[in-house]
Amino acid sequence: MALLDVNNLSISFGGLRAVDDFNITIEKGELYGLIGPNGAGKTTVFNLLTGVYKPNEGIIRLDGEDITRKSTIEINHSGIARTFQNIRLFKQMPVIDNVKVGLAERYKYSALEGILHLGKYRKIEKEMDEEAMRLLKVFDLDGERDTLAANLPYGKQRKLEIARAMATDPKLLLLDEPAAGMNPNETGELMDTIALVRKEFGMTILLIEHDMKLVSGICEKLTVLNFGRVLCQGETKEVLANPEVIKAYLGE
Amino acid sequence: MSFLTYLINGLSLGSIYAIIALGYTMVYGIAKMLNFAHGDFIMVGCYIIFSVSAALSGNSLVGIVIAVVLCTLLGITTEFIAYRPLRGAASPLAVLITAIGVSYLLENVALLIFGADIKSFTSVIKWEGLSFAGGELKIQGVTVITILVSLVILIALQLFINKTKQGQAMLAVAEDKGAATLMGINVNKTIMLTFAIGSALAAIAGALLCSAYPSLSPYTGAMPGIKAFVAAVLGGIGSVPGAMIGGLVLGIVEILSKTYISSQLSDAIVFGILVVVLLVKPTGILGKVIQEKV
Repeated sequence: MALLDVNNLSISFGGLRAVDDFNITIEKGELYGLIGPNGAGKTTVFNLLTGVYKPNEGIIRLDGEDITRKSTIEINHSGIARTFQNIRLFKQMPVIDNVKVGLAERYKYSALEGILHLGKYRKIEKEMDEEAMRLLKVFDLDGERDTLAANLPYGKQRKLEIARAMATDPKLLLLDEPAAGMNPNETGELMDTIALVRKEFGMTILLIEHDMKLVSGICEKLTVLNFGRVLCQGETKEVLANPEVIKAYLGE
Repeated sequence: MSFLTYLINGLSLGSIYAIIALGYTMVYGIAKMLNFAHGDFIMVGCYIIFSVSAALSGNSLVGIVIAVVLCTLLGITTEFIAYRPLRGAASPLAVLITAIGVSYLLENVALLIFGADIKSFTSVIKWEGLSFAGGELKIQGVTVITILVSLVILIALQLFINKTKQGQAMLAVAEDKGAATLMGINVNKTIMLTFAIGSALAAIAGALLCSAYPSLSPYTGAMPGIKAFVAAVLGGIGSVPGAMIGGLVLGIVEILSKTYISSQLSDAIVFGILVVVLLVKPTGILGKVIQEKV
């Protein structure tokens, strides 16, 4: 059974059909790319998958479970986590606390125990600290645990955003233009990070990207969107060689 | 010596403003709304303590506990019924005006139940206080306890916000509701908890306020509520230590100007400060300049 199975997904804003009859099937462990010209509807697909927008038609299944009408929080708890095109870290919080916000759902103690610092509070906070540090170490951010997220260099902010998403223990990780605004060095490092996430966590990843070096370098399969419709779908090499795709990107 | 006495009285009044301001500032920081009914939660708390003490022939400690519990429930209920449905409203004015409506509602319900006459409130603090320099400097028990209680609350709140997962969820929601939701944080639950804590603090502030100024009417909470709002703005709205500093500054200014300038002008001076702060440093003492995203 596919991990993510999307059928006939459509949404309109006013008269504009932003996503039209979108289909995708992602198997467990795959690294899948979603590409297309600006305004093709890629981020809208992410917003549909995470419940930010509700589709007019279609069905989204994660690991066999219908999540189409679930709220954003429920979808996160079901196992989809994401990063953002414009980094949206909690910038005024330390690095470790960003990760701990992601962890919070899985570690429970009551607000009263928190206020009084009693009961399970100490034990669970200690476990959360350890788990957060373990994650930060994987992403080589453990040296900056107390730095404010706002003060991290750009590349590390991207990494922290991925670490925070991983903290919610997802089955599927969505990366929205992770290489946006990066120089070739940083992009290279990002590719290493993505490879690491797959190796360490066996994560299934769907990413939106414009950087063709990254896309052709690491994605196994691609879906190309154009004007809200799927233009082409399949193995990366075949898709990138497709004349339709080249036309959509470069014009006539 | 008398100056020192006034200063300490100012500190005490300021501590009460600070506790109220904490409620304002937390709700603003996290839910991005001004709960203008916050001052009236104080009044509700006072009436509960007053009624319970009367029923239990003077056992005010039980009254305080019941007031804290009921005010917490009142805060949660108000948020759920009146504010939550408006959270997605097109204009932030909708929820602001609703808050003013809730404020009048509470005042008038109190008017219906308890009448307009001023009740004399028996202090919940029976302790005489401290005496220094052979009786030259006397500090009332309520003054000492007010200052201590506010310090304990500030420290506990700082620890809660920075060191617990609920507190971190609050900070995350304050910064980016959308991103917090996508990380699995329940925004509604977080805002509810904020209201619960703010309203519990209002009940405590009510107990202290009416112990220091023992007259109770349906409008008891209105003025301290507004002044605490000024304190929160002065300290930088959204900032917990800011609310504390703003409250203390305001209390000291009020008492000193009452003493040395004119008791009639003291309120004018307090609100004059608000105008000056808004002109000179709109973000307040500890407020951060938030850059709008383009």
